[in-house]
Amino acid sequence: MNPVTSSAMLTADPWPPIVALLIGALLFGLAPLMLARLWAWKFSPAKPGKQKNAIYECGLESTGDAWIQFKASYYLYAIIFLIFDVEAVFLLPFAVAFTGLSVGACVAMLVFLLLLVEGLVWACRKGVLTWS
Amino acid sequence: MEENLQQLKTELSKHGIFTTTFEELYNWGRKNSVWPLTFGLACCAIEMIATTMARYDLARFGAEVFRASPRQADLIIVSGTVTKKMAPQVVRLYNQMPEPKYVIAMGACAISGGPFRNGYNVLKGIDRYIPVDVHIPGCPPRPEALIDAFMTLQKKIAAQQLTGEDRPRHLHPELPSEFPVPDYGEHGLEPTVNAEVWNPLKVIQ
Repeated sequence: MNPVTSSAMLTADPWPPIVALLIGALLFGLAPLMLARLWAWKFSPAKPGKQKNAIYECGLESTGDAWIQFKASYYLYAIIFLIFDVEAVFLLPFAVAFTGLSVGACVAMLVFLLLLVEGLVWACRKGVLTWS
Repeated sequence: MEENLQQLKTELSKHGIFTTTFEELYNWGRKNSVWPLTFGLACCAIEMIATTMARYDLARFGAEVFRASPRQADLIIVSGTVTKKMAPQVVRLYNQMPEPKYVIAMGACAISGGPFRNGYNVLKGIDRYIPVDVHIPGCPPRPEALIDAFMTLQKKIAAQQLTGEDRPRHLHPELPSEFPVPDYGEHGLEPTVNAEVWNPLKVIQ
């Protein structure tokens, strides 16, 4: 590309090509949908039905109601697991660097551990860990 | 008129000019992208699976995309014994497929109940409830037979008209797209046949 055209491209308004691409993208998506609608109108009539519009599609009829209560107590297990999972990630570098650590760093880590253990004790006393 | 057009077409093709009609183009596209439903009932399903694999390679006919949902399928291959308990599910799956849809009854069981015909719980042919396009005999039919059925179905699709009174069911606004699902009652399926679909050959003596 010679310098004259590239500088002309830099100074030209950048929006027209973007608008053209946008229109092209919209048409790319919408044109098949409109063609399909046109096809249905001209040749192939829509034939909706009770079973065709049913939600479930494995051949069996759905039974019962989808609006039921799910037992949510498992989420506390999940959260506690997640916290101690993250703690393990911190414990490994702590153990590796233990001999080279200053007293301040050690105390900070122990406070961190204490906070988590406190949370575990709280969860235990609240009865979260007993499944009912 | 029709003959003249055909002559013109062959004449043009001799000079390297390819002509087609809208209908032909449409049917050409449809017949080369028949997507079957992932649906196996019995031992015939094993042959159906073999047909899709590398040795027999159903992909050559554009029909390798077995869809796991009836919403995306054009073809249901009833591959095996249809028990009376399963029949409502087969009909319901067929109902849930979008038009145009086709049925291949694969094997003796799907056609007539086959060796299990006298079983108390075996449906004597799926064509009692849904319109079958191609029947394949055999127990089970070899993959070649299923491929032959595919090619027969492709010929059938290619011959379908877009307009006129002879156009297929899915283009008629008043003809049904759903068929009544039989109930599994105390004494088998109720009703025992869908009279609108089932047209057995009558023996005239």
